[in-house]
Order: sequence, then structure tokens, then C-alpha cells
Amino acid sequence: MPEIRVTPLGAGQDVGRSCILVSIGGKNVMLDCGMHMGFNDDRRFPDFSYITRNGRLTDFLDCVIISHFHLDHCGALPYFSEMVGYDGPIYMTHPTQAICPILLEDYRKIAVDKKGEANFFTSQMIKDCMKKVVAVHLHQTVQVDDELEIKAYYAGHVLGAAMFQIKVGSESVVYTGDYNMTPDRHLGAAWIDKCRPNLLITESTYATTIRDSKRCRERDFLKKVHEAVERGGKVLIPVFALGRAQELCILLETFWERMNLKAPIYFSTGLTEKANHYYKLFITWTNQKIRKTFVQRNMFEFKHIKAFDRAFADNPGPMVVFATPGMLHAGQSLQIFRKWAGNEKNMVIMPGYCVQGTVGHKILSGQRKLEMEGRQVLEVKMQVEYMSFSAHADAKGIMQLVGQAEPESVLLVHGEAKKMEFLKQKIEQEFRVSCYMPANGETVTLPTSPSIPVGISLGLLKREMAQGLLPDAKKPRLLHGTLIMKDSNFRLVSSEQALKELGLAEHQLRFTCRVHLHDPRKEQETAVRVYSHLKSVLKEHCVQHLPDGSVTVESILIQAAAHSEDPGTKVLLVSWTYQDEELGSHLTSLLKKGLPQAAS
Amino acid sequence: MKLYCLSGHPTLPCNVLKFKSTTIMLDCGLDMTSTLNFLPLPLVQSPRLSNLPGWSLKDGNAFLDKELKECSGHVFVDSVPEFCLPETELIDLSTVDVILISNYHCMMALPYITEHTGFTGTVYATEPTVQIGRLLMEELVNFIERVPKAQSASLWKNKDIQRLLPSPLKDAVEVSTWRRCYTMQEVNSALSKIQLVGYSQKIELFGAVQVTPLSSGYALGSSNWIIQSHYEKVSYVSGSSLLTTHPQPMDQASLKNSDVLVLTGLTQIPTANPDGMVGEFCSNLALTVRNGGNVLVPCYPSGVIYDLLECLYQYIDSAGLSNIPFYFISPVANSSLEFSQIFAEWLCHNKQTKVYLPEPPFPHAELIQTNKLKHYPSLHGDFSSDFRQPCVVFTGHPSLRFGDVVHFMELWGKSSLNTVIFTEPDFSYLEALAPYQPLAMKCIYCPIDTRLNFIQVSKLLKEVQPLHVVCPEQYTQPPPAQSHRMDLMIDCQPPAMSYRRAEVLALPFKRRYEKIEIMPELADSLVPMEIKPGISLATVSAVLHTKDNKHVLQPPPRPTQPTGGKKRKRASDDIPDCKVLKPLLSGSIPVEQFVQALEKHGFSDIKVEDTAKGHIVLLQEAETLIQIEEDSTHIICDNDEMLRVRLRDLVLKFLQKF
Repeated sequence: MPEIRVTPLGAGQDVGRSCILVSIGGKNVMLDCGMHMGFNDDRRFPDFSYITRNGRLTDFLDCVIISHFHLDHCGALPYFSEMVGYDGPIYMTHPTQAICPILLEDYRKIAVDKKGEANFFTSQMIKDCMKKVVAVHLHQTVQVDDELEIKAYYAGHVLGAAMFQIKVGSESVVYTGDYNMTPDRHLGAAWIDKCRPNLLITESTYATTIRDSKRCRERDFLKKVHEAVERGGKVLIPVFALGRAQELCILLETFWERMNLKAPIYFSTGLTEKANHYYKLFITWTNQKIRKTFVQRNMFEFKHIKAFDRAFADNPGPMVVFATPGMLHAGQSLQIFRKWAGNEKNMVIMPGYCVQGTVGHKILSGQRKLEMEGRQVLEVKMQVEYMSFSAHADAKGIMQLVGQAEPESVLLVHGEAKKMEFLKQKIEQEFRVSCYMPANGETVTLPTSPSIPVGISLGLLKREMAQGLLPDAKKPRLLHGTLIMKDSNFRLVSSEQALKELGLAEHQLRFTCRVHLHDPRKEQETAVRVYSHLKSVLKEHCVQHLPDGSVTVESILIQAAAHSEDPGTKVLLVSWTYQDEELGSHLTSLLKKGLPQAAS
Repeated sequence: MKLYCLSGHPTLPCNVLKFKSTTIMLDCGLDMTSTLNFLPLPLVQSPRLSNLPGWSLKDGNAFLDKELKECSGHVFVDSVPEFCLPETELIDLSTVDVILISNYHCMMALPYITEHTGFTGTVYATEPTVQIGRLLMEELVNFIERVPKAQSASLWKNKDIQRLLPSPLKDAVEVSTWRRCYTMQEVNSALSKIQLVGYSQKIELFGAVQVTPLSSGYALGSSNWIIQSHYEKVSYVSGSSLLTTHPQPMDQASLKNSDVLVLTGLTQIPTANPDGMVGEFCSNLALTVRNGGNVLVPCYPSGVIYDLLECLYQYIDSAGLSNIPFYFISPVANSSLEFSQIFAEWLCHNKQTKVYLPEPPFPHAELIQTNKLKHYPSLHGDFSSDFRQPCVVFTGHPSLRFGDVVHFMELWGKSSLNTVIFTEPDFSYLEALAPYQPLAMKCIYCPIDTRLNFIQVSKLLKEVQPLHVVCPEQYTQPPPAQSHRMDLMIDCQPPAMSYRRAEVLALPFKRRYEKIEIMPELADSLVPMEIKPGISLATVSAVLHTKDNKHVLQPPPRPTQPTGGKKRKRASDDIPDCKVLKPLLSGSIPVEQFVQALEKHGFSDIKVEDTAKGHIVLLQEAETLIQIEEDSTHIICDNDEMLRVRLRDLVLKFLQKF
């Protein structure tokens, strides 16, 4: 029995380290290759030894697909391809291919240069890894090999984020990566056609959240920032360099312009300039409004937002600073946070999800005394705000996507177990499809029953379609033919053609039965009686009386002859071929009962 | 399968393909060479043009002198220029299901088709094709609308009058169908019917046909199309290039195994080498400027201009032209330059790599930044104050009949210091210049046409091996001006089928198979048997369902027992008339073994007689006779059903069923 098998190596009932193995139609595909922000040990990367203990990954995996450039989806890629060893194709969209290596290099620098980790992947490894990447267009059908094809759909979430359909024959799986079902200020909404996959693997970060309108959240955000700046406080917004950062920059930029505010807005240096360049050059991936107006005004050229210098953090007076990374787990955002945390006038706004173990997660869960490196304790007096600006679909959005794609079953990843449970029930209730939520290392097996495509000869198809008086195309009809199987080539042809093709002659099997009738009349009259009897009994068949005196029922021939010995008896010769077996047999038994006495 | 040919222009094609149950229009080219018969539309009143003498017949009859003007021996129509539309009468265009666009030059007739024929279908094109196509249309509409012309000449179109006119007016075809330019509103409406597609995207049409655009290497977003069902494949090749310029390279491999390959859009200047032309362009430009003259380059606002600017970017400093201003004047100049930078995914590998850095893929960004290249929507406004000479001006329209180029021709035509360099291959430069004669300025002809030449075509055809090639008639003979050049035509086996405007071709196609899906339950019930090594057969009796042009075979319903001896009429339509057919038989019956089998089954008194063609087996006791021949068996018996069935089953044991 064919089946689809799915095993998450990461992101199973968890957020971070996305890495999902899918086996479909004899092909093995790895979806994403992420790192976990909450760990600094072995657990930060997926356990690739699960895939194959002894063999080479390249022999086992047919391809790797990366959904978008966030490190929890691509952070383990150089480790996977260069240190564990994988030489097969890695698919991602063009913007992902452009931006991914930059974030990887950034990640590497923090890990090696700042934290002094040894045995980490090198810059050269990132370059070598990127050489294995094949870029895909949206909606392009990429033929990985003769049987396996993949297709990318727009996912919103971040620049270049894509959902992927993986298809072998008539079986398919859709993997959403991270997606957003509502357009925002710079990206469009995720979209997929009614592709009816056997399985939809969807993220479920906000499985239980139904977010209020985006407008309210934005107003709320602007109000909080404005109030803090008015009272002379400093506002820290930890972000990842690409993604929400641009969204919030556009938001603040337009607000500053409208309100004519003077407080400086800074963006931590390094990636900013470059990041905005990417947005300008890949503007076709942004939302319609930005695409339409970019010739007149490019939304990613900011007037109010300037590059940040480390020294600015100590400047007096209000300011707003965007700093990386987004979960306050390292780098500049953490440094600034330490500086400003002690002052209640200041504010930190967490605009996105924080993984367990990060400083961001701790302060959001209400912790106000943080143990820092070297046993230092940091007291957090500044205002801590959380605003969900991460571009993930909420429960409503996830349901919407399931409705769009119409899968046969759903599998949840990239979320917390408790929340998944709730969404799972909801999906099962509403769509009446089974829903799975495997933990890491746990395998879900789905039996499939793919139909078999064969070629049918047009002659046969048309003959069958022409049968019946009403050529009603919608009405199902019975079809009889011969399936010729030669290697992997399957053809359905008429039996006659099959015989001909194989150089075989038809063997005709004919029966002729003698039916004795007591009838003293002449043969011709007997024939007439047989004819009128059959005509009245077999209303559904074509009964004919031929000029030579014989009677036919469809292609069955009946002749009346005199009995050689008994003139009061006539012999009916009923003759039919094996193909008319049923009718022939029926006729003889009918005639055996004799003819009704003529009414006359 | 039929091909309706609506355009006679080989590089601006418009064909309609009827394939299975779909009607597909391939491209929507607009033949603009008709405008060469008209007087230029000057931006500011030109005394020279307005004082041209009216034309009169040989006998002095001057009734046409308002419509026709004479200039240096050529006669021009003094009217709003008109374009030659694709044929609209050959096929009812409201029946067209989809239009496939291959590149932005081949969609210029779209508003005429989508807005005025009852067309209700969908248009498919790539994003760059649509965006740049929109710019080309916008420019065209702008050029024509901004100089309203009161006069619209129509008298000359009268068939009896046209006969009397001098060439080329006399020979102009289909003048009654010539139309004025569309409006921006019509353009917007037409473009709103386009659905964007990406390379290698498979698009299903009504479940019957699949269409796929492939990179054609000619322009940003330019595509060839595959139109296929599961067993037939038509390739439509239009405007392709194998040269490495800015677009993504041509996808040749996917064109393989075509039953029919429709080949259009080859180079219009088969004898010119584009690289050499670019070199000549640069050196002539430098020469003129050094001598204090101005250079005019009539061009489209997108396409080759990107490559020319890139060449100049590398050339300017070494040629000492750093101080010469380059002007690009078009209502869409800014948009075109900006759009070119955002289509990273549609560019060649080199340019893509630059975007990954991230840097703009085209160096004209730097030319603009350093003020070497300036762009203006028109020569009114900022341009007039910035204008410095000597300079180089890129502007449209290449026909020299409308657009800012008309002004520069009038302005610079009188001085031999200036040069006009023709790079676009769509118009004969001599005809384009005719209404400006006599001219003092130098004219250089450097047509740059990167589309396939005949050597490349023959290589391509050898590689992709289509069963049949279909092409415009112009490609099946050498160009009229070079009739001895037998190498300047398509040479393939079997010879290409050629078409001309308003012709309908029956394509040599025999559809034999169609895809059908066997449902798993049915597949499980099939009993295959091996007939020959490697070949297995299974008889299939199943229910055929057809929906949305897709066929599915499901297991037949179990025969229901007739209740009460009467056949009830079934209410449900889903259950077909279930008459189970017996299979065909094959094989032959070995008489000796058959007799042995009969004996084994209790028959005695068996007699075998030889006949001319076989044997007769007599079962005397049962008064039964069995004629056995190579290909037939005939059982003749009394009406004893038990006996007959026993004999039948014995015979069947020796035969194979199909």
C-alpha cells in the first residue's frame, strides 16, 4: 500500500529548528533546516543522524526545500550540507537565496566571534552551501527528477517566503513554512489554489490566537511609542534585520511624518542599508500598493530613520531604536536592553514571538529579575510591552488556508503542543479531515490510494462515448477494453486492437442449438410466429425478420427447418457467438417453453 | 487541429490554434509599418511639413490634395496614423478561450482584440511582459494623443481610388481594416484581463490542455509556449535569442519531442551580426560627438536600449565622452529604467548575482546617479532648460512618425554634423526617413536584432527534433532582396509548412490516445496475465466517468438481482446500463488434447473427422458436433443447456480471453 510518511526532526510541537522529513511516492524530501534560538548546545540543530545512520545523506534525500530566510528555518543549512555532508539540490526562492547567506554569516559571527564557539561552520562553508542552491520562481513547476516535482506559492510572512507543493504522480503534500493570510504594509497575503493535497503541513504559531484588527494593533503600538517619547523615554524595539523591521519602519516613518515628530529613530547598523536594498530590488515580492507606486516613491527609502551608533545609546533625551536580534538573546539589542532596563521611563516593545530560553521570553512571561552572564542580576524597571506583529497566520488564517487548499488531512508543526491540540480539534470538526501533531522524532504514516494513469485509445474512448442514444457526456457508461502493460507503459485499448497489436487472431466460438417445436405449419410460418413472439417478449432488443425467412435478435440468428422424420415438428436453429452468450442462452430457454398459441 | 493565421507579419504574429476543445490565440502582434505611409506628427507646428504640396493625379485632378501630400517624390497620407490589425473575420474571436503572449512587442494589438470582438477569455503573460508592454502602449497612446490632429483621411482608402495611387500606397494591404490607436482606457481594460504566469508554470485549460511558458532569451520576461495534452505537444517559438544579453537564457530542452513546432519571430536582419552592430553604433556615436555634432537614436523605451546603455557605460570613459550628456526622452523613460532593475528573477545569471550583493543589475543606475544619463518625460519642461549640445538623445518612436523624435529630426536634419543612428530593426530606415528628405544629417543603419538567425534555427531544430515545423511563408524562401541566399531560409525535413495572412492550416496531427485514471479499487481487481515476455494484459470492464474533460474508470457496480422477475427502471442516473460484455477469445484448440479432455469429463463415443480446414469432433451419443478450425470453434448441439455449458467451458480452457 503506498503511503506518505512525515517525521519532524524539529518544529514538532515546538517553535524553532524547523526540519521535517517527508517520504512520498518513494521520494524523500527535507523541508527546512533550521536552528533553535533557545539552545546553545547540540539541541540547536536537528539530529540529522536520524535520517540515515551509516549512508550518505545525498543518497537518501532527493532534495531539500527552504521556505524562507529566518534562521529557525535555514540556520542549520551549512552545518547540514558541509559538516554532515549533503550534495543534492537545495531549493529556495530568489530573495531567500539572496538574503539567507547574509543572515547565516551574521549568525556565525555572533556564535564564533562573540561567543567563541569552536567547531562551528565557517564563511567558506556558507559559500559552498549556497552553491548547491537552485532558485525557484513562484508557481514554477520544478522537476527535481522525472517523478518528483515541486511548486512554490506566495506565503507573505517575510520577503521571499514561500509555501511548497511536493508532488509525485497524483500524490502531493503542501508545506506552508511560515505564512500570513492578511496583507500588511509591505507584503501581500499568502495564497494557494485548490490543489487538494493528500496532506497539508502547516505552521501553527498562533493556533489559538484570533488577532484583533491590524489597524487597532498599529494604533496601539504608535500610541505607546508616542507616549514614551513624549515623556522623554527611550524606546527599544528588538527586531530581526529583515522582515518585521521594514514593516515597523514604514509604520513609524509615516507616523513621524504625519505628526511632525522630531525624536530620532535609529536602526542598528550593519544590515539595515543592505536590507532595504534587497527590498527595493525584490519589490515584485512586496504588496500590490508598494509595487504600483515604487516608480514615484520607493517605500524603502526612509527619511526619518537613521543608522545607529553604539555611542548613541547614552545620548540624553528620547529616541526610538530598532536593534537586532529580535528575541533579545544576543547582540546589540541585548546590549541596549541592559543599558536601558533600569529606567522606568524607558520602554521595550517586543513585536514578535520569543522562543523559550531567550531573555525576550523571560521578560514577556513577567520575570523582572534576570540572571545574566557572570551571575549578575539585572533588574528590569522599564516598561515591557508585547505586540503581535509577527506575520504569522492566526487561527482564523490557518483555517482559511485549509479551506483554500482542501487537503485530505492536516499536520501541525511550528507551534506549542497545548495550542495545537485546540486547533487540531477545530480543524477535525470543521473540515472533517484527520489532523496530526507529531512530536520531534515521531512518524506519522498516511496510507494513500493513488489512481493509476493510463493511456486510453481515442477510438475506444469515443466508441464508448458514442454508445447510447443520448450522447450525454456526464452520464457514466460501461467500458470494456484490454489493458496492455509493457514496462511502465500502460495502455487501454479495445480488445480487437489488443489482439491486432499482439499479432493474435481472434478465435470465434459459436454455438448452434437445435430447439424442437411442435408445429405442423410450414417453416416460414413457424418463423413468423417466432418473430412475433420474440418481438412481443423482447421489447428491449432489436428483433428483425429478414427477407430470407430467418429471424435475428441483435446478432443472434434463428432459422426454422423441417424435422427430417417428424413433419409435425420444426427445428429452430439458434446460433450465436460467445460474445452474445447471455442473450443466446436466454433465447434458447425462452424458445424451449414453446410458442403461445396463435391468437387467431 | 487547426491553425488560423491572422497576421502576415512574421515577427508580429497573431495565430489561433484549435486544439482538442480549446481555442488558443498565440500572440497579438500589431503591424505598425502601416504608419510609414503617413506624415509625421510634429510636436510643434512644422512649417516644412504643413507647406508640403498636395498630391494630384497625372491628369491634374487634385481632389485628394487635402489627404495626400508629396515630399521628395513620395506620397504620404496627411492624417492620424493608423495601424494594420490582425485579421478579425477569419474566425469568430469571441470564441477564443485564452491568449498567450510571448513578449511585450507581440501584445500591442491586445486592446483591439479584447475590447472589440466580444472576447471573454483570459490572457496569460509574464510580469515583465505586462509591465513593459504597458509602458510601450502608454508611450504610443501618449505620442498620438498629445498632438491631436483634426484631419482623418479616408477618401484614399476607397478601392477604386487606391488603385490610382503611387506605390507603396497602391500596394498597401487591407487598408479598410486599418485603425487608429486605442485609448488608455482600452489599454487598462485589456491589461486587466491578463493573468500573470511564471516560467515553467503549468497552467491547466479546462482540464483538456496544459500550457507552459518557457524562457525565450529575447527580452525581459519573453517566453515561448508549450501547449500540450498528455499525448500531443505543440511548441510555439516566438522571438527567441541565443545571445547573452540581459534576459534569462533560452530554455531549449523543454521544446524537445514536439509534434508540431510553430516558429515565428526570427531576426529581421539575418545578415547583420548584433555584436558588430553595437561596435559600429559606439564608434559612429563617438565620431559624431567629437566633431561637435548631435546623435539621435530613435528607439523603443525598453529592450535593446538597456544593452546600449550598458555598452556606453563601459565605453564612455575610454572614448573620452564623459562630458557629453545622454538624454533619454519618453513619457515612460523613468518607469522603464526603474522597472528594469526590479526583475532580478528574469535576468541572466550575471545580473542576478549582482542583485544578490545587493546592487542594481543594470549599470544605468550609476549613469543616472552620476548625472551622465538624464531622463525626461518629454522635451517640454525640464529638458528645455537642461538641454546642452552636443549630446546624444534616445527617444521614440522608431518609425519617426510620432513622438519626440519627430522634433529632433526637424531640428537636426539640416546639419551634416549630426547623425541619426537606427538600431531598431522593425522599420525600413529609408522609408522612415522619406518624409524628412532632403536631409543633410548623416544616417547610420546599425540594426540590432538579437532574435534567432537561420544558422541558429537549423541548429535548434536539429536539437529539439520536432515532427513538423510550421512557419510564416517568408521563412521558406530567401528574402526578396537576396534571392540567391539559399542559406537565409528554413531548411528542415520534412519541409516546413508555411502560412500567410488569412490562411487556415490543418496541422498534421493524429491524436490516438487520451489519459484516463484507473481508480485504485478497480486496479486491485484487475488480473494481469503475461502474454509475451514483458507484456501483460488485463481485461477491463469498468464504468467510465467523464467530468471537466477528465476521464476516470471506476469498478462496475455489482449486478443487482432482478427482483420479482421485472426490470425496474432505476431512478439514479449514476448506474449505467450494466450489460457485461464477454471478452474476445484468442488461441487455437489442439484436437487431441481436446478429445482427451472430453474423455476425462465422461464423454464417450467420440469420433474425429478431418476436414479441409480442421476437424470435426462428433459426440454421437449426444448428437453433438464440434467443428474446430484454426480460428473458430462451432458447437452444434441439441437444446441441452447443461451439456452446452460443459462443452463451452471445456473449449474456453484452451483459449485466452481479452
